[in-house]
Amino acid sequence: MSEARVIPLRGGGAAAARQDAPPPTEPVAEPSAWEQKLAGGLAFLRRRITGDYEIDDFGFDKDLTEHVIMPPLRPLYDKWFRVETRGLDNVPDTGGALIVANHSGTIPVDALMTTLALHDHHPAHRCLRLLGADLVFTMPLIAPLARKGGNTLACNADAERLLSDDELVGVFPEGFKGIGKPFSERYKLQRFGRGGFVSAALRTGKPIIPVSIVGAEEIFPLIGNSKSLARLLNLPYVPITPTFPLLGPLGLIPLPSKWIIEFGEPIETAHLGGPAAAEDPMLVFNLTDQVRETIQSTLYTLLMQRRSVFF
Amino acid sequence: MKPRVVLVTGVSRYLGTRLAATLAADPSIERVIGVDTVAPRPEALTALGRTEFVRADIRNPLIAKVIAQAEVDTVVHMNVIATPLGAGGRTAMKEINVIGTMQLLAACQKAPSMRKLVVKSTTAVYGSSPRDPALFTEDSEPKSLPKSGYAKDAVEVEGYVRGFGRRRPDVIMSLLRFTNFIGPVIETPLTRYLSLPVVPTVLGFDPRLQLCHEDDGIEVLRRCTLEDHPGIFNVGGEGVLLLSQAIRRVGRVSVSVPSPLVTLVGQAFRRAGLVDFSPEQMRYLEHGRVADVHRLHQELGWAPRTTADAMKAFTDRAPRLLNPETVAAAEQRVLSIASRGRHRSEPARV
Repeated sequence: MSEARVIPLRGGGAAAARQDAPPPTEPVAEPSAWEQKLAGGLAFLRRRITGDYEIDDFGFDKDLTEHVIMPPLRPLYDKWFRVETRGLDNVPDTGGALIVANHSGTIPVDALMTTLALHDHHPAHRCLRLLGADLVFTMPLIAPLARKGGNTLACNADAERLLSDDELVGVFPEGFKGIGKPFSERYKLQRFGRGGFVSAALRTGKPIIPVSIVGAEEIFPLIGNSKSLARLLNLPYVPITPTFPLLGPLGLIPLPSKWIIEFGEPIETAHLGGPAAAEDPMLVFNLTDQVRETIQSTLYTLLMQRRSVFF
Repeated sequence: MKPRVVLVTGVSRYLGTRLAATLAADPSIERVIGVDTVAPRPEALTALGRTEFVRADIRNPLIAKVIAQAEVDTVVHMNVIATPLGAGGRTAMKEINVIGTMQLLAACQKAPSMRKLVVKSTTAVYGSSPRDPALFTEDSEPKSLPKSGYAKDAVEVEGYVRGFGRRRPDVIMSLLRFTNFIGPVIETPLTRYLSLPVVPTVLGFDPRLQLCHEDDGIEVLRRCTLEDHPGIFNVGGEGVLLLSQAIRRVGRVSVSVPSPLVTLVGQAFRRAGLVDFSPEQMRYLEHGRVADVHRLHQELGWAPRTTADAMKAFTDRAPRLLNPETVAAAEQRVLSIASRGRHRSEPARV
């Protein structure tokens, strides 16, 4: 990383105190940028050591997410994948909405990049609250990190609670079928679950925003799946890519594909009749299909526009 | 309708004593009868005031006589015990919890004077698993019911309470599911755990905790005894703390133990008499548990202290190994050294 970004630290004691203090008489008293960064870093350390930070009911640690989880992802976003976002203005500045996206890439890097896109590049700096599979919350180390990053279990109770709290909720309805599909099936949407995400949106009357992600399919091209090992480890799949496990840890470096994330027009659900509409399976199926078709056709359009996988 | 004669079970333990004392201080209640197998601690006697004490085991039929003779109209059942060490072993604990509740409810069912039943239960009945929603509501159907210990007893107790409700629909029933108690005085496995100089945690897990201030617990029990609040309610503070965060707030150091060794370490702590943590509480240390407490807030029009405030009441009592002031002072010192380094010629600013 060539130049470090200056990250404004929430509640940074030094910066706040300086504003309150009378203007310095001598110009030399003004702390340098380096000192401000040090003050911000120390304030963060103090908060962590004394436990002086807030966690929401789902375990979302905003302080940690913004200062520890996100910074190392930024070079990946800006320099490696050179993510281009489109239609960010389709995401509302306030209020709940359900982001529905295609899932791919062997490991969920697309989830991290979408989160970063909304946090860094949306004018309201929105935090995306992703719904994750059971497996995520049973794994040591991963489970607490997922919760601290603002994610929660993919279940209707949590989705509806977050949406009613006016949060931006993200879901990948394809789940493991999407993320662990062979490279030959790239950009072909898999089954969209049972439409649970649509009923959550219907019950809360929040809009559904279809999101199409191009580029994630190529980061770890999945050319094989060690099924017996997967069964042994109780995992949905164990990936074999051109570089993994052949090159060992080097195989964990993703290929630098060029990414486009397009946020589509919101599909309003408020006028459809609220909780009663969620009890109508035909309506739920039709809406699920509509969202799926929108994402699929946008994917094809974006692929036509893309000059090459890497540029 | 105001209660006339209140019977409190488990009166010799901390919360039972406090509730009985609070009720005894209310002149509108004619009699407060406390029941327990052991006498209240001598220092609690002044607080208990006019509370009448009956030394009886709720496991034997004597309790029925007490209820019939005194024409008890309100029973507050607080005798579901969480710690096997205090009860004289797991077998005795199970007997007190389950058989005791059955006997008590049988006696209540026969008593024509019965108007109200308040039961102190626990959110442990929801279990603790990674497959459950982030917050349990009173109607949640948990994915994995607790298989052992206190939590299983509580599930069984609630089953009998529901059965009683079907047989005596005229009795107003409040079933209160409390989250973990904490506060300036109370001693629970959690408070002892958080008071350890070095707190063992499960490697790779950081559960969400939800706490209930002891005073608020008593207040909820008092209100449900004096007023009519039929139903099942989760009781606890709003908001959560992560275990790691709670440990930092009490100024302790945590040590991660790999999960295969957790049971061993837990047993060692129990044998040493440090913390009486049972296996289902070990699971709690992995996945935590948070309940939605809004139903109670709406019912009472009053909210208990938040989890963070309840935690503060506890941190104020325990001497911290690492003070926030020390940390802040260290931060200031580093900053002043940094600025002094830059203006060597100037006098140091602090």
